[in-house]
Amino acid sequence: MRLTKKDLLGIQDLSVDEINLILDTAESFIEVSTREIKKVPTLRGKTIINLFMEPSTRTRTSFEIAGKRLGADTVNISATTSSVVKGETLIDMARNLEAMNPDVIVIRHNASGAPHMLAKLVKQSIINAGDGAHEHPTQALLDMMTIKARKGRIAGLRVAIIGDIAHSRVARSNIYGLTRMGAQVTVAGPATMLPRQIEQMGVTVHQHLEEAIKGVDIIMMLRIQTEREQQNIFPSLREYSRCFCLNRENIRLAKDDALVMHPGPINRGVEIAPDIADGPASVILEQVTNGVAVRMALLYLLTGGKS
Amino acid sequence: MRLLLRGGRIIDPSQHIDEKMDLLIENGKIVKVAKNIYKAKTAAEDTASSTLKILDLRGKVVAPGLIDMHTHLREPGFEYKETIQTGSAAAAAGGFTAVACMPNTDPVNDSRSVTEFIISQAVENKLIHVYPVAAISRKSEGTTLSEFWDLKDAGAVAFSDDGKPVMNSALMRRALEYASSLNMTVISHCEDLHLSTGGVMNESFVSTELGLQGIPSMAEEVMVSRDILIAEFTGTPVHIAHVSTMGSVRLIRDAKARGVRVTAETAPHYFTLTDEAVRKFDVNAKVNPPLRGIEDVTALKEGLRDGTIDVIATDHAPQAVTDKELEFDYAASGIIGLETALGLGLKLVSSGVLSLEELIQKMSTHPARILKIPGGTLKTGSAADITVIDLEHRWTVDRDQFKSRSRNSPFHGWDIKGKAMMTIVGGDVKYQEL
Repeated sequence: MRLTKKDLLGIQDLSVDEINLILDTAESFIEVSTREIKKVPTLRGKTIINLFMEPSTRTRTSFEIAGKRLGADTVNISATTSSVVKGETLIDMARNLEAMNPDVIVIRHNASGAPHMLAKLVKQSIINAGDGAHEHPTQALLDMMTIKARKGRIAGLRVAIIGDIAHSRVARSNIYGLTRMGAQVTVAGPATMLPRQIEQMGVTVHQHLEEAIKGVDIIMMLRIQTEREQQNIFPSLREYSRCFCLNRENIRLAKDDALVMHPGPINRGVEIAPDIADGPASVILEQVTNGVAVRMALLYLLTGGKS
Repeated sequence: MRLLLRGGRIIDPSQHIDEKMDLLIENGKIVKVAKNIYKAKTAAEDTASSTLKILDLRGKVVAPGLIDMHTHLREPGFEYKETIQTGSAAAAAGGFTAVACMPNTDPVNDSRSVTEFIISQAVENKLIHVYPVAAISRKSEGTTLSEFWDLKDAGAVAFSDDGKPVMNSALMRRALEYASSLNMTVISHCEDLHLSTGGVMNESFVSTELGLQGIPSMAEEVMVSRDILIAEFTGTPVHIAHVSTMGSVRLIRDAKARGVRVTAETAPHYFTLTDEAVRKFDVNAKVNPPLRGIEDVTALKEGLRDGTIDVIATDHAPQAVTDKELEFDYAASGIIGLETALGLGLKLVSSGVLSLEELIQKMSTHPARILKIPGGTLKTGSAADITVIDLEHRWTVDRDQFKSRSRNSPFHGWDIKGKAMMTIVGGDVKYQEL
C-alpha cells in the first residue's frame, strides 16, 4: 500500500488505513535507529528542507535525523536566519525554495493554515510540523505509535488530554487521530482553555483534572505556555499547578498501568511533577524516540515508498 | 436631448409604484413617468431629428439608482487598492449611482481638505455621486471629536470611525448629540476591541477546528447594545454598520419596538456565506466583522424581511493581492462588493425573503433617507439617477473582469441570475451592457 497524498497537512485528512500504514511503516524503521551504522540509502539523492518559522528543538532535530538516517540531504532554515527578516513573504520564500527542486518541505509555522497555503502553491510534498493552534500531525502519529507499542492497541482505550486545549495543536491532532482509531477521548482544563463547542469533536469535556483522569489508560499532559498568563487564561502558574499538575496523589485516580505522555518541552512542577515525568508511568522519552521513526516513515511514504 | 426609457417595469419604493410604464428624462431630470408617453409617430419623428433617444426596456426593471452607504474607496493614501475613479467605475458597473465612502484613508477624512478632495475627484471623474463620510474623532483615534460643522459644510453626509470602533462611550454619546444638532447621522462600527483583539474569524466550532483565534459575536453585540442605550438616553439617531449576528438583530428589533431611533445595515456576504467559507483558510473570506454561523445568516434574513435591517450596503473593502496573499492570521480583512451586491441581493428575492420592491428600498430609498441625500426615488423633478436591471440575465462572477482595482471576492466563479444592465447618473448613461 502507498500513501497517495502529496502532502501531510493534518490528521483530520487521514483515514484509518492511512494512519495504520504510517504507524506500521514507522514500526519497521525503529530498527534502523538501533544499528551501529544508523543509515540506509532509501532516500539517497532526495533533498528535504526543514523550514522552521517558530522555535523548535525536538521536532526540527527529529525531522533532520529522520531525513539523514534515510540518506537524504537535509537543509534547515529558521525564521531568524531566513529572508523573512528582510521582509520576504512566506509565499515568495516558498517559490524560491521550490525553484531549487527539493523533494519535501517540512514546515513549522505560528500561523494556522500556513502549510495549507504552501501545499496549494508548490509541487513538492509539504509536511506540517505544527501550524499555529491547528494541527501537529507528526506529534499525534508518534503519540499513537507509542500508545500502540505499549498497549497493543488504540481502540477502546480511554485517553485524557489535560491543559490548554484551546491553544494546542497537539490536542487537536490527537483528538482527530485517537477518536478515528476508536479511543475514547476526554479533555480537561479550566473553561478559559476549552475552545467553543469542543465536544463536537467527539470528546467528553471536564473542567477538573481529577474527573478527567479517573480510570483512564493514558494521560496526556500539555505544556502550559507562560505567555497565556497575560491574556488572563489563567491567573498564575502557582494557581495553575495547584489545580492541574499531575502528581503522585492524583495519578492514582487513573488505571494502575496508565501511561503518562507529554509532547515536550515540559515545565517541571507546573503541569507535571518531576517524579511523575521521570517515573515508571512516563513514556515521554519513548515518544521522542518514536518521533524519529514516524518522520522517517512519512518521508519515505511521501516520496513514493510503499510498505 | 431627451431620453425615453420605454416599456420597462418601473419600480419606485418611494411611491410604491410597480408598473409597466415609460420614463422620460430631460436635462438630467425625470420629467414624466406614465404609460405610452409618446405616440409611435411622434417618437419616430423626434428620434429622426435627434432630439430624442429611445431605449426599449421591455422585460427590464427600471429602478431608482442604487446607493451604497458603506464603501471604502481607499483614496487618498491607498491608491494601490482602489481609487475614487476605479471604485466609482466598479460602483457604476454594479448598478450604483451613488456611494458614501468611509473615512479610513490616509490621511483620515477628519478635515475639510480631505472631504473637499474626495468630492473634487468625484466631480472630475464624472461617473457617480460620491458622498464622503467623515471621521467621528480626529484621526479616528477615538479621543477628540472632529469638526462636524465644518465637515458638513464641506460636504460630508455622515460621521463614522468605521474600521475602528469608538471604544470610549462618553465620546460616542457626545458624537451622537453633536451630530443630531446638525441633523446628521452617526454610523457605528460596533466592535469591543477587548473581546475581538487577536481574532481573525468567527468564534465557533469552525475556529475551534481550525485553531484560529475567534471573534465572538458578543464583541459586536456588546457595542450594538451600548449604542442603542446611548441613542435611547439622548434621543438621537444612530446607524449600526455591517450587522453580522443574530444577537445584534434581536437588540435592534427590540430597540425599534421601543421607539429608539436606530437604523441598521448588513452586507451581502453576511447573509450569503457562513464561517464554513473560511475552512480552507481562504483569505478572501477574511472580513471584519467575520462571517458568522448559519443561525446568524437566518436571523439576518429574518431581520431584512421584517424591516429590522433597513439597508443592504456593500462594505466594499478593496485589498491588494499583496495585502491578502499571506498567512490567514496576517492577511488583511475585507471583501469587495460593489459588483456583486445586486446579484446577491436578488437571491433574496428569488428565495422569497424580500420582494423586489423591498430589495430596491434597502439598496436605494432607505440609504438616501438615512443619509438625507438626493436619490432613492423616481419622482418627477428628481435627478435622473436610475438603474436598469435584467432579472433574467445569467452571468458568472469573474474577478478578472472587475472594474475595481482589487480582486478580493469570495464569490469568484459564482453563477448569478440578475444584473444591472445600465446605470444612469443625472440623465447620462455611465454604464451599459444592453
